[in-house]
Amino acid sequence: MTTDITTLTPDVVIVGAGPSGLSAARALAPRLGGGVLVLDRESTAGGIPRHSDHPGYGIRDMRRFMSGPAYARRLVAQAEAAGATIRTNATVTGWAGDHTIEATTPEGRIRVEARAVVLATGARERPRPARLIPGDRSRGVYTTGHLQNLVHLRHGKVGRRAVIVGAELVSWSAALTLREAGCRTVLMTTEYPRPDSYSLFSVPGRILFRTRVATRTRVTRIIGRPELEAVEVENIDTGERRVVECDTLVLTGDWIPDHELARAAGITLDPGTKGPLVDSALRTDRPGVFAVGNMLHPVDTADIAAIDGAHVARSVIAWLNGESVPAGQVRLVADAPFRWVSPEILRPGDPVPSRRRLLLWSDRYIPFPQVVLRQGGKVVARRRLWWPAAPGRVFRVPTGILSTVDPKGGTVHIGSR
Amino acid sequence: MNTTGETAVSTTGETMGTTFDVAVIGAGIVGSAIARKLAGYELSVALLDARGDVGDGTSKANTAILHTGFDAKPGTLESRLVREGYRLLSEYAERTGIPVEHTGALLVAWTEEELDALPALKEKAERNGYDRTRIVGRDEVYRQVPHLGEGALGGLTVPDESIICTWTTNLALATEAVLRGVTLLLNRRVQSVEDRGDRTVLRTSGGEVNARWVVNAAGLGADVIDRLFGHDRFTVTPRRGELLVYDKLARPLVDKIILPVPTSQGKGVLISPTVYGNVLLGPTAEDLTDRTDTGTSEKGLEFLLDKGEKLMPDLLREEVTATYAGLRAASDHPDYLIEADAGRRYVLVGGIRSTGLTSGIAVGEHVAELIGEAGLALTPREELPEPPHMPNLGEAGLRPYQDAARIAGDPAYGRVVCFCERVTAGEIRDTFRSPIPPSGLEGLRRRTRAMNGRCQGFFCGAEVGKLMDTKGESACEQRHPSPEAQR
Ligand SMILES: Cc1cc2nc3c(=O)[nH]c(=O)nc-3n(C[C@H](O)[C@H](O)[C@H](O)COP(=O)(O)OP(=O)(O)OC[C@H]3O[C@@H](n4cnc5c(N)ncnc54)[C@H](O)[C@@H]3O)c2cc1C
Ligand SMILES: Cc1cc2nc3c(=O)[nH]c(=O)nc-3n(C[C@H](O)[C@H](O)[C@H](O)COP(=O)(O)OP(=O)(O)OC[C@H]3O[C@@H](n4cnc5c(N)ncnc54)[C@H](O)[C@@H]3O)c2cc1C
Repeated sequence: MTTDITTLTPDVVIVGAGPSGLSAARALAPRLGGGVLVLDRESTAGGIPRHSDHPGYGIRDMRRFMSGPAYARRLVAQAEAAGATIRTNATVTGWAGDHTIEATTPEGRIRVEARAVVLATGARERPRPARLIPGDRSRGVYTTGHLQNLVHLRHGKVGRRAVIVGAELVSWSAALTLREAGCRTVLMTTEYPRPDSYSLFSVPGRILFRTRVATRTRVTRIIGRPELEAVEVENIDTGERRVVECDTLVLTGDWIPDHELARAAGITLDPGTKGPLVDSALRTDRPGVFAVGNMLHPVDTADIAAIDGAHVARSVIAWLNGESVPAGQVRLVADAPFRWVSPEILRPGDPVPSRRRLLLWSDRYIPFPQVVLRQGGKVVARRRLWWPAAPGRVFRVPTGILSTVDPKGGTVHIGSR
Repeated sequence: MNTTGETAVSTTGETMGTTFDVAVIGAGIVGSAIARKLAGYELSVALLDARGDVGDGTSKANTAILHTGFDAKPGTLESRLVREGYRLLSEYAERTGIPVEHTGALLVAWTEEELDALPALKEKAERNGYDRTRIVGRDEVYRQVPHLGEGALGGLTVPDESIICTWTTNLALATEAVLRGVTLLLNRRVQSVEDRGDRTVLRTSGGEVNARWVVNAAGLGADVIDRLFGHDRFTVTPRRGELLVYDKLARPLVDKIILPVPTSQGKGVLISPTVYGNVLLGPTAEDLTDRTDTGTSEKGLEFLLDKGEKLMPDLLREEVTATYAGLRAASDHPDYLIEADAGRRYVLVGGIRSTGLTSGIAVGEHVAELIGEAGLALTPREELPEPPHMPNLGEAGLRPYQDAARIAGDPAYGRVVCFCERVTAGEIRDTFRSPIPPSGLEGLRRRTRAMNGRCQGFFCGAEVGKLMDTKGESACEQRHPSPEAQR
């Protein structure tokens, strides 16, 4: 009967064909006889880089400096060459068993009964309602993802005068896209006391785009019916408000993982990242279900997501070979000014975290942060780092700092002095 | 009259040659229900609206509760029409496929004073003809809603309060009106009227419309039109209600409507599941002067967050998917104001504040009665087309993306375009082939849920926009490589 659900039985199913999912597929496919199936809901594989049409991709994983779309194509080609099957237009809608998922495709409903599942569904930017910005329901309000889909994939039009909320990496990516679409960025706002991006970007950025960055500033109202006419912005310190005319508003950053499938499975999430809680082998707390990429650390650059993908392969193989999970664990918890740390669980005998780095998110700018680990109320490690911790981008801490952690000593708090 | 089965929807152009038997002003739920009802008689009917689409006023932005009317003011017209409307709309929903879920409601008392008010509320419900409420103690309240915030003292259950899709309700009524031969005239804002003895000329932003009888169901604009007809009976005050829509992941927290004890200020802030699988928190109640200000305000959102934190703190930990505001057509008149003026061949349908979604069909019945008594001959038509079967937007029913048989018949139902709401290309295309196609993105959203989800367009905005431009055909004609070809 044509209305039957088709059942597929690969060894591993990967949900999401972004950098992390494709890299996992590439690493796993040559090592598994039963096949690796990657499902993605978009009509083209590649994830976010598909529409992030500017250079800045592939630095750490491919040792190249390439554009998003070129990077995406290369990842797809590599995964396919490795023997993975990529299926697009396949939206995974839920679970039908511990390692069985269901998806909708134009060819019908499919059920995938795998032996292991890798979740690689990425993260999105919070849109206007989630940020609770009051005012009119004006047209012309976008997230960067929406904007780039519109401009780079659909060659659509935006306005002429834009305000960008955020001054982090992705915000400059939005500014580049706006410029290509013939729209001038008249203001960038950030709630932080300084632009969050590397000064490498913001100084030439400011000159390149002739854009002012208003620090300690937030948007308090959207004005214009039906088209956007202006936004009201507030200086957080003085409470002073003013109206800035614009016909385009781009809300950047403020990431939230696409964690629906994880939550539907009852997988425990980390309250900081809001992605699945994982150990350094990238296992979630559902045996045989793994997670990689920006859903774990919203958000880092694509190369880091891709390296996660390669890193998880070893853990997936170990699971398929029936190797048991090491006993005992230490929970890592981020203390202020850090919002989250990833991974969150360390087990003796597990692989060290990907690239020997802990990833953290800081809510404050600290030029030369001293990172402090506390366990059982005592300081167990202290390390000064020569790069800043800054809001809006991942702060990397070498895993060497963990060497004095007692694997039986209970929760470790990571903070800064 | 149009009995050939062809439908008439006109967004521009003159209707000068025609004199309709009845022109209904306002294609919200109330006006659409009236037009549908009148088209069941041997009458030519026009349904006019100022906007480019039906259901673009208050009927699109409410709390979407199908009220039993348990807390209405006993003895009022509103009480009767809400009670009848509940029954009529429940039946109609079943026939046309409007999503409804009979979740029931729990009215929660948070203070001794509120607790003391419960017996009177129960008695009031009974005077409204509703005898199924029950007073329950604190433990039962928490058993029914474990995630409720601390401090509840007791409650009143209202097992028949239900949730419904207000968009589909409006669209179904207007669609059936059109199927019955009603001429739908969009982009016609009535600006002035002229009495020509046997007919009234309505001068609109889109040309003149002639009709023997006029029904004013203009919602927020009803008092203005009423004055054009020489009356001075009431004034509409737009009372804004702001709402927060929480993510679907919050839905397991609430499986029924949580109501506050009503005060003189109004019904208060409620928490309600939606038929789309989200959770609502709201509405506020604030009197405005601008009848078009459906924006949200800083104060309103703060007020809701504050209320929500007490009502259900766990809900506030979830993401907000949407915020919106609706304007109730509040008035200085304490009841519905529905009156026929036989001399002027005119019916006012005013003051339908906060219950019109529920009562709309009953209002339609009531207006038909009044207009008949006032002298318009009502001869039932012998044959009426079947009511439309509406696309299902509700989570309780089978949606196209889940329907293997349907996808096998047409792959467009397997092509998910809006991932968060799981709306397929097939559904988007279908709206453009329907009797009342969407006139813009907002209309498409109301008909399909596309872009209404948590990403608000991050992933799908550009694609949905393109489908809008190509009337849904672009994604459907596209050939899909077979699964083999992808290997
Ligand atoms: C505007 C912007 C600019 C950026 N610029 C740079 C840059 O210059 N350099 C850089 O290195 N990084 C950059 N990044 C970051 C980079 O894009 C991300 O780090 C990277 O894409 C993360 O990869 P991922 O695999 O985790 O997730 P994603 O790329 O988000 O991929 C997730 C995939 O999962 C799919 N998916 C999700 N749910 C489902 C489901 N239920 N069923 C099927 N499929 C599903 C999605 O369709 C998507 O394809 C930028 C990001 C943005 C938004
Ligand atoms: C916050 C809120 C919550 C609510 N919750 C509920 C609920 O849970 N349950 C319930 O049953 N009810 C509820 N209601 C009430 C319900 O939404 C309304 O009673 C109902 O939608 C009124 O329908 P209507 O057709 O009278 O008005 P509308 O939908 O506003 O329609 C009137 C139409 O008239 C048109 N119009 C106005 N002036 C002119 C003119 N001059 N020329 C041409 N056209 C004109 C407008 O464009 C509009 O389309 C709520 C209302 C609000 C605001």
